[in-house]
Amino acid sequence: MGNYDYLNEIGKEPGNLIKGLQAIQGHAGYVSDEGIAAAADYFGIAEVEVEGVLTFYAQFKRVKPGRNKISICDGTACHIKGSTQILDWVSTELGVKPGETDADGNFSLETVACLGCCSLAPVMSINGKIYGKLDRKNTVKILKEYRQS
Amino acid sequence: MTISDKIRKVRVGTASCGLAAGGAAVLDALRAQAPQLDIDEVGCIGHCYAEPTVEVITDAGSILYAGVDASDKAISSILGLGDAYRFHIPEARAQKELLKVLKLAGRINPVSLEEYMANGGYGALKKALDNTPEWVIDEMKKSGLRGRGGGGFPTGMKWSFLAAKQAEQKIMICNADEGDPGAFMDRSLMESVPHQMLEGMLIGAYGTGATRLFIYCRAEYPLAIKHLKIAIEQIYANGLNKINGRELEITIKEGAGAFVCGEETSMIASLEGRRGTPRFRPPFPTDRGWNGWPTSINNVETFGNVPLIIAEGADAYASVGTAGSKGTKLFALAGDLEFPGLVEVPMGTTLSEIVFGIGGADPEKVKAVQTGGPSGGCIPKELFDTPVDYDSLKSLGAIMGSGGMIVISNERCMVETARFFLDFTHRESCGKCTFCRVGTTRMYETLERIVAGNGVAADLEFLETMGKKVGKGSLCGLGQTAPNPVLATLRYFRHEYEKHVIDGQCPALQCNNLVDVYISKDKCIKCRLCIKNCPVNAISDDFVVDNSKCTRCNTCIEICPKKTIARAKKGECNCG
Repeated sequence: MGNYDYLNEIGKEPGNLIKGLQAIQGHAGYVSDEGIAAAADYFGIAEVEVEGVLTFYAQFKRVKPGRNKISICDGTACHIKGSTQILDWVSTELGVKPGETDADGNFSLETVACLGCCSLAPVMSINGKIYGKLDRKNTVKILKEYRQS
Repeated sequence: MTISDKIRKVRVGTASCGLAAGGAAVLDALRAQAPQLDIDEVGCIGHCYAEPTVEVITDAGSILYAGVDASDKAISSILGLGDAYRFHIPEARAQKELLKVLKLAGRINPVSLEEYMANGGYGALKKALDNTPEWVIDEMKKSGLRGRGGGGFPTGMKWSFLAAKQAEQKIMICNADEGDPGAFMDRSLMESVPHQMLEGMLIGAYGTGATRLFIYCRAEYPLAIKHLKIAIEQIYANGLNKINGRELEITIKEGAGAFVCGEETSMIASLEGRRGTPRFRPPFPTDRGWNGWPTSINNVETFGNVPLIIAEGADAYASVGTAGSKGTKLFALAGDLEFPGLVEVPMGTTLSEIVFGIGGADPEKVKAVQTGGPSGGCIPKELFDTPVDYDSLKSLGAIMGSGGMIVISNERCMVETARFFLDFTHRESCGKCTFCRVGTTRMYETLERIVAGNGVAADLEFLETMGKKVGKGSLCGLGQTAPNPVLATLRYFRHEYEKHVIDGQCPALQCNNLVDVYISKDKCIKCRLCIKNCPVNAISDDFVVDNSKCTRCNTCIEICPKKTIARAKKGECNCG
């Protein structure tokens, strides 16, 4: 079993379960079966309860993400500004569908509800860095940069 | 590079939108070129369309620069106080905007307690502490402040419920789970002036006797969380959290991406580490909330208003606004308009003043505005004379919501817009109430069918009756308001629905299954860019689009240098 000692920094009260899961995801990039077992053990609750809470929240991933995490914003402003097409382009360009990671483990793609940069719509974020005012040209260019690096 | 000796200070906007526009590179370039200058990072001034922005403070006053980049040309122009990048606030905005809550946003270093205090910060807390808690609640009631998160419940009244409770622990929560896609007011406030809402919370704790404070912030706002954490440390270090003889703990909890958690009882469940499902009220949270203790939940912008009310007095505060809605309101303007950004206007400002005036949207092109996000409704252009306050928006079938305002142009299909919102709400439904869980899904499926060109006339009636049932049969705000986008578009844009289901056409040419793509031959210069870039090889060597192959991805339309490629109503283009 992996090392989950970092959980000790978090109080054991049940209110911290989500925080604990966030810590596990922060370390591993996702929450594995082992992560669920570790959280259940630490907070003294059943694994099924941990999984119940985990699956309720969109933030938690059960699949290992790629090295580069692409989030296409599909909030209202971005949708109005054509985020569906951005998603299509990125998806075709990389050959992955939303929620998937490519075979090389290089890119994972997801849509998010809103990144809060509505005035720069349409936007996407790659590894937390936000790119705004996307069109076909700059979207392809940005992907190319990440491919090379 | 010549650096003007008149410069006293330089401020670069590095809130999320500034960073996304390239603010960090500008900051680095300025620091590299002028290491001797006092260069500070500040939050958002609200003019998001003009990012990255730089403000230069000189002896003669402040000068704004916009659309700056990190090039030598731009940097030397700014440092030489040149005119090339000078920014002038558009006239309409300068006239209509009233900066109160946002007064310090983008004007001070967000994580400097000294700067906040030098601008009157924590003066309101001091004034509150010099008076009785009852006085605070009284002022809040008199101010007429209503919850800025969307519900519009009078804040003073909510606080008086909590204040009246006798309990060992009383909880105050700041709802910073700005889940409404298309809204970014709270993000900006937290990133730019974190101390302001914290001061509001501390005043609230004094007035209500709250013993523990929580901020429930969405995890998608890392910069806001970072700034809040720094601000809280500063509060502890300076003993500003000593209220009612206790040292109050302020805890930030990161949300985990569930829209329903904006609902009070769901948020409390989530804070307790459980699935964020709402529960029946009563008991109201002020009677039984977090871990059973009396709890009051208010929104970021609501707390941001509190220091103003206490500092200037309830009467002065209430002199702005309309009879039923006092003060100012922040709006996140986005969508199809010239000047997207964050604006603050007095309650009662008309939609046309906001959308056309401040937003600079083209009246010829605008069709409607969507307020209140997925819980709200669209308001057609014909009704833009409506003053914006809680009650008039509600009477139109929309809601104030948290303040997201999305401008929709003629090129957008209203059925598709309604489908988009239902896609969001049916996925975000927590599943507790049958009508919300199943009803929104059925409504979504119906809308999917209509935009795919397979709708029938009876679908419209179904959407209306089901919409009303979902609204009535749901426990919480999510379900109660989820049908709003559909009901409002059916009310104002029924003709668009009818075009889809009766004629099989999308008037806005947005629904892919109901349009063809064609190349108009007379303007074509045969550059072959479209052929080369088409991902599915749907364009023949003699420039004819095979619409059975075409996926309507718009690549050719975007790439064509002569704009000869366009969408047309299905079967109606004279292609070839």
